[in-house]
Amino acid sequence: MFKRLIVILALMSMLLAACGGPAATAAPVEPFRIAVIMPSAITDMAFSQSMWSALVAIQTEMGGESALELKYSEGMFNVPDAAAAIRDYASQGFDIVIAHGSQYGTSVQEIAPDFPEVTFAWGTHVDTFGMPNVYAYTAAAQEGGYVNGVMAAMLTTSQTIGVTGPVEVGDAKTYIDGFVQGVASVDPSITVSKTWTGSFSDVALMTEAAKTHIAAGADILTGSSQSVVGSIGAAIENGSVLWFGTQADQASLAPTLVVASQVYDWTSMLNDIIAKYKNGVLGGESFVLHLENGGLKIAFNPGYALPADVKAAGEKAVADITAGTIVVEP
Amino acid sequence: MNDVFQLSVIAGILTSAIRLATPYLYAAIGETFSQRSGVVNLGVDGIMLMGAYTSFFVVLTTGNIWFGLLAAIAAGLMMGLLMSLISVTLKAEQGISGIGLYMFGLGLSSLLFKTTIGTVKTVIGFQSIKIPVLGDIPVIGAIFFNHSLLVYGAFLLVPLAWWVLEKTTWGLKIKSVGQNPAAADSLGVNVDKVRYASVCIGSMLAGIAGASLSISLLNLFQENLTAGMGFIAVALVYFGNWKPQGILLGALLFSSVNAFQLWMQVLGVKIPSDVAIMLPYILTIAALAVAVRRVQQPAALNKPFERGES
Repeated sequence: MFKRLIVILALMSMLLAACGGPAATAAPVEPFRIAVIMPSAITDMAFSQSMWSALVAIQTEMGGESALELKYSEGMFNVPDAAAAIRDYASQGFDIVIAHGSQYGTSVQEIAPDFPEVTFAWGTHVDTFGMPNVYAYTAAAQEGGYVNGVMAAMLTTSQTIGVTGPVEVGDAKTYIDGFVQGVASVDPSITVSKTWTGSFSDVALMTEAAKTHIAAGADILTGSSQSVVGSIGAAIENGSVLWFGTQADQASLAPTLVVASQVYDWTSMLNDIIAKYKNGVLGGESFVLHLENGGLKIAFNPGYALPADVKAAGEKAVADITAGTIVVEP
Repeated sequence: MNDVFQLSVIAGILTSAIRLATPYLYAAIGETFSQRSGVVNLGVDGIMLMGAYTSFFVVLTTGNIWFGLLAAIAAGLMMGLLMSLISVTLKAEQGISGIGLYMFGLGLSSLLFKTTIGTVKTVIGFQSIKIPVLGDIPVIGAIFFNHSLLVYGAFLLVPLAWWVLEKTTWGLKIKSVGQNPAAADSLGVNVDKVRYASVCIGSMLAGIAGASLSISLLNLFQENLTAGMGFIAVALVYFGNWKPQGILLGALLFSSVNAFQLWMQVLGVKIPSDVAIMLPYILTIAALAVAVRRVQQPAALNKPFERGES
């Protein structure tokens, strides 16, 4: 019995050696390493998901985990915790550390000088603090907001549109500003009422804000932040109120009620940052996602039967903004 | 500004207020049972999150809202047993153990959500039910009699809790172990048993509070869905002077002002949104400072009971 066991073990070790042989001799290639710190979950259907999807797309493009290692810390609403995570990733030797939230700016400013060999990218903002290893990025969310506004103005029958916002700052504000301009460009007499909940995460209050808009006669809703899932929920409960999304494609949440979403596509910006890193440029630039550079896209929901003239008007707005004939003020 | 005083707007504010008050009522009345027996449970928010997650998960997988509600109650019970074990049997500092329980619920519900559901989804939960006859009364019907069962339940809980606390022997036992556990013990009341039961009742109600969000009012689950509601519920217990009727008043005040500020924003009343958002909190703090006399605060609140010591 014992002899048989020895033989089996010997055979197995030979087999393992045969399998592992070639890999052991080849020099292992160090993967490129990117870490990202996000305020909400990577599956938030909004801001954080837009960044995570882009990173995963790049990983697939580069050839999987062996080529690009991705690490994330999500749910980092608490800035001191996020700062600790940013420092941890930098000291672990990640090549690029992305602080995906405008609230992380001061942390990046404080930490980046301690790690001159690491690239830090943060947004949404435009300030690189004059540091050679810091990139800033933002989205011209007002552009897609304008396009959504044009289509919303053509679809409303009650002449009342509700906007559910979180906090009156950053891309949440610029998206809504653009949306209001888009509506006004079609029909300035349409009422666009806005609510702010004062929180990016208070889903319950966001839901009630949406229900209040509906009670006040709104037949179309839009809004920004990860808490808008609450507004979309209110639209679903109502059953006929339409929704325009931003940040990520939100069609899957309400397949028959979402008309279109402005999608942030960070892929080309990230590819740019990676390429620059490999050429020794670690920062000092700020990026802005536009419709024109492909960073912003309008994703029409195939599940919603959008009238052809409305879609055409939306596409025309995209074309005009891209060409520069329409300038949307943030 | 005139718009604000239209009948339809006032009706809208009251309808919203009743919906918004629902989770606070369940959680705060539950906390009243716990505190009346002498145990401060600061883990309410964490228990609500566990209730919200489990009920959502069960409805998502089985499609049965009643199973979902039962799951929330069961999750609340488990959390309540844990809190009782730590604070009653092991006599740990209640404030600290409650915060610990909150963090445990927050972390566990997020982890379970991520591993079992992964992304934001919606379910069909408890639907609005219009009560026959009463629901047809103009204006009043829409305000009070067209809500989901969990909303009605929250408001029926107020007289029920009052009756249990004020009119039953069981209520007397709860109050006596919260007021003077040594005396209650000498009269043959099992202090630990009563506290266990009270904390567990409170926690089961907190579980339902979570379910009222995830399978009734919002019909979705997201990490940290409650966003600190459980802590406001604890404050409401103090506001309501440890009485269900006081909690009803506090919950309605807080939620009415919240609904009022949303309507002011919708109607475009020219005040900064930040001021509007602050209103419910400012008013609640002001009311707390002016109106509350802590006559009802249980004397043994926050004090573990050790037999033979007093």
